[in-house]
Amino acid sequence: MAVETQSTTEDLTDLPPEIVATLQAEPPHPDLELVERAKAGDTSAFEQLVRQYERQIFRTAQHITQNREDAEDITQDVFFKAFQKLDQFQGNSKFSTWLVRIAVNESLMRLRKRKTSKTVSMDQDVQTDEGSIPRDFAEWRPNPEQNYSQSELAEILRKTIAGLPPGFRTVFTLRDIENLSTEETAEALGLSVPAVKSRLLRARLQLRERLSRYFRKTKEGSK
Amino acid sequence: MNCTDFLAKLTDYFDGQIDPELLVQVKEHLGSCHHCEVVVDTTRKTIDIYRGHQPYEFPEELSERLRTAVMNRCKASVTK
Repeated sequence: MAVETQSTTEDLTDLPPEIVATLQAEPPHPDLELVERAKAGDTSAFEQLVRQYERQIFRTAQHITQNREDAEDITQDVFFKAFQKLDQFQGNSKFSTWLVRIAVNESLMRLRKRKTSKTVSMDQDVQTDEGSIPRDFAEWRPNPEQNYSQSELAEILRKTIAGLPPGFRTVFTLRDIENLSTEETAEALGLSVPAVKSRLLRARLQLRERLSRYFRKTKEGSK
Repeated sequence: MNCTDFLAKLTDYFDGQIDPELLVQVKEHLGSCHHCEVVVDTTRKTIDIYRGHQPYEFPEELSERLRTAVMNRCKASVTK
């Protein structure tokens, strides 16, 4: 009995282009089904989306505002706004990127309202060349973070990232901590890809420079 | 390639988005410049440390409290 051979990419060449495009298209992101169900009134589907992204939204808000209470309020507001505006989500970007964009806008708005902060936009403080050229060339100890307790290390990381201008802090948070791609980060922040790359480089270099105070090798080789 | 040229390519180098010809030049520079080698090594560690040690806690209690509050607001807005 003849056995049908496994289909290969070459087999597709005989098919009409629109069929080939459909076959080669990536499967839809699982969030889309949840969004469609939520749009149709299924609140449990929306709750599932909240469950998936609340941590990311909370951390993004806390990194930008540097305030826990603000981050809690913002997280609630982001998901409530998203729920109310679900019809505006067309699926052209990932649902998570759409949420992050709302979170960034809400966080910046919160900073503007907080009169104690002079910082009001993603562009503030990013025009200088400060921190774009490395000055510290000391090597670090192997696994330098192990020389600190969890709480000491958390305090060092919080203090260090809090010292960055919000425009740099936000790009570093989305790209390097929350693992968004460069393109997704650009989309979430309304920036060009080159602008994201430039800010990311300077954020990384400034953090490196500041962490070096804690992690560099000493003559004694100890903490 | 000098240190300034190298620095301009650092983000693409970390993200693996550098064309092979340029990658050869980047690696040559790294092999001959200890300062840039240290910058690459410590910048990579900076990223790894932030990825591996979230400075902000998000305990289950907070997660539940926020989710309950969000869903109450959403459901209330539907029934209005």
